[in-house]
Amino acid sequence: MMKSFFRSTSPFKPSPFRMAISYLILGGWALIILFPLYWLFITAFKLPAAVNNGPFYLPFVDFQPSLHAWEYVLGEVGNDTIRLFTNTVGVSLISATLALVIGSSAAYALTRFQFHPKVGTIFVFIGCVLLAIGLIVLGMPWMLAIAVAIALFVISLLTIARRFERALGNSDIAFWLISQRIMPPVAVVIPIYIVFQQLRLLDTWIALIITYVATNLPIVVWLMRDYFASIPYELEESAQIDGASRFRIFNQIVLPLSVPGLVATFLFVLVFCWNEYLLALFLTNARAQTMPLAVVAQNATRGPQWWYMSVLVLIMIVPVIAMAIALERYIARGLLVGAVKG
Amino acid sequence: MATITSSASLPATRVRASLGERIAPAAFLLPAVLVVLFVSIFPLILSLFLSLSRLRFEAGGLQVQFVALDNYRKLLFGSEQKVLFGTIATPSPIGWVVLGIVAFLMLASVYRAIREAQPGRAIVGRAIAAIVLIGLTYLIAASLLSPEGRPGTLVVTMLYVAVGITLQYLIGLGLALLCAQQLPGRRFFRVVFLLPMMITPVGVGYLFRMLADTNKGPLEPLWVALGMQDFAWSNNAWGARIAVMIGDIWQWTPFMFIVLLAAIEGQEVEPVEAAIVDGASNWDIFRHITLPAILPVSTTLILIRMIEAFKIIDLPNILTNGGPGTATETLTLYAYRIWRALDIGGSAAIAYLLLFLVTFFATLYVRTLRGRVSTA
Repeated sequence: MMKSFFRSTSPFKPSPFRMAISYLILGGWALIILFPLYWLFITAFKLPAAVNNGPFYLPFVDFQPSLHAWEYVLGEVGNDTIRLFTNTVGVSLISATLALVIGSSAAYALTRFQFHPKVGTIFVFIGCVLLAIGLIVLGMPWMLAIAVAIALFVISLLTIARRFERALGNSDIAFWLISQRIMPPVAVVIPIYIVFQQLRLLDTWIALIITYVATNLPIVVWLMRDYFASIPYELEESAQIDGASRFRIFNQIVLPLSVPGLVATFLFVLVFCWNEYLLALFLTNARAQTMPLAVVAQNATRGPQWWYMSVLVLIMIVPVIAMAIALERYIARGLLVGAVKG
Repeated sequence: MATITSSASLPATRVRASLGERIAPAAFLLPAVLVVLFVSIFPLILSLFLSLSRLRFEAGGLQVQFVALDNYRKLLFGSEQKVLFGTIATPSPIGWVVLGIVAFLMLASVYRAIREAQPGRAIVGRAIAAIVLIGLTYLIAASLLSPEGRPGTLVVTMLYVAVGITLQYLIGLGLALLCAQQLPGRRFFRVVFLLPMMITPVGVGYLFRMLADTNKGPLEPLWVALGMQDFAWSNNAWGARIAVMIGDIWQWTPFMFIVLLAAIEGQEVEPVEAAIVDGASNWDIFRHITLPAILPVSTTLILIRMIEAFKIIDLPNILTNGGPGTATETLTLYAYRIWRALDIGGSAAIAYLLLFLVTFFATLYVRTLRGRVSTA
């Protein structure tokens, strides 16, 4: 029965029978998606009694809707909510934009230039980082330790590192950048915490932005690299002959051609930053807290405050959903090209 | 990469352009490298050091004591072994069969590599993969597929990854195939199906906690009809695990769906039309035209989701708090719990274990499957 539906880009209209079955399945899944969201929506308008005394489904019919949760979240603690919301919007927008700028230029560099980083240089660099950590652990002030390590790195770069012959290629750099996504955030969150503590950046936007940019760069590089590779190089060559600089070519030819990819990647990264919980939990305290933390914070000692939680989640999802609806066409196309070669 | 400037340009501009040209590659790439170095590599090295030491918080600061592999020893053989590996018992007959099949396949693969006289590196790689996979399969057989056994954090994480991704892919593919038909109003479905991906995982966790409530939750009539009104999802090990998996599937099927849909709609129409004219059945069209066209995309999709799924924390943390006991605890949640108990070295050791695990599976996946798909 099912196999008759495995028709893909059918150039013809499906038969009425098949259409009916298709609508049945699609409608069923839409129900699975929408019903929890409906529940979330009505919970935001319920009094605690209406939540705690059993399932009530229809406002005005089996329970009396109330704005008490909205009054609390937007009125009583309104200033906190606004601050949380601005933090979330600000941090995610800046992080996603920066990740897109830095990541797509790196992706462009990896598709258009040849890099040959020497293996020796990398080892020297790791050695210097280890040295800096050792010095800091031994009690040297961190600024001095880093200065010593940088000096040593430059000196060895000019002397011994040049003797190494073995070099890596572009694919190695790309793999290295992408592999950062493999790393579980818990593995690095403690050192990141210590570093930002030393720099006195804990509980600031800057700490969150830097971390989010780094954790989302791999996605941008991954998706945009293949997008750029799919743009014919001849266009750039002719611009080069006309004397345009690399940066101009990138800004005026390559970027406009990759708008679908950029939009999809931006939205993807934005959603990741917007919803991020673990890193925000570690790196923020009060001032720079984001919305996911506020949602969890409603799980008070008296049990979860479902009504406040629902309001907060609703406030969080409305902007993203609006964007998703507006940009839905781009998302599909943009993500696809990035995924083709991987 | 010679720059040819038009004759009208002044010498000064030419000099500036060629300088720009020379530093352009580095200028494009360096910011990314610096950010990743600052936020990933440096902490990764520090984290490795932490996993080899014990931190003690004292008045006025913390004391770091180097303990070598003690944290790993505790995890793999010591007091934490039960959490990580679960209870190990004699596998059931099915467990033995699965273990036997995996062991046979792995040894055959190593044997073939030796017969074909492949380079030493390939043979060593296959041998390592064989040892790790046989070991993990034994762990699954002795904990999950055993009447007395109880899966530990490691197996639970792998279970979420395997079951979650399989179902997400199949549901996503099915929905994408249906949505690719010429149905009026399919744009509506496309937008609706995308929604769960946009909700914070924390919110999804609480949402599913409400839904799982058999007493006051919206599905109460259903539970009553099934005679399950006194059943608590979060008090039953398998109930809790299934609840986590359902939440994960609900949230991440959209990602599979949207990319697969784009892939299906992007394929060429001519072969499909020709096949229809030739009288091919829908199954034939799917098997011989659509599937090969979307296979490369699928492998990348699964890889991306696999890497992300190994790191799942929000859902089990909120939905079940890792419980009952440690039945739904994943490696990330485990590391977080240990960190909360201020055993930072132990936490870093778990994180490193997870890093090895994800890297192992990602590498294995890329080596075996990707190579085959791209040559086919």
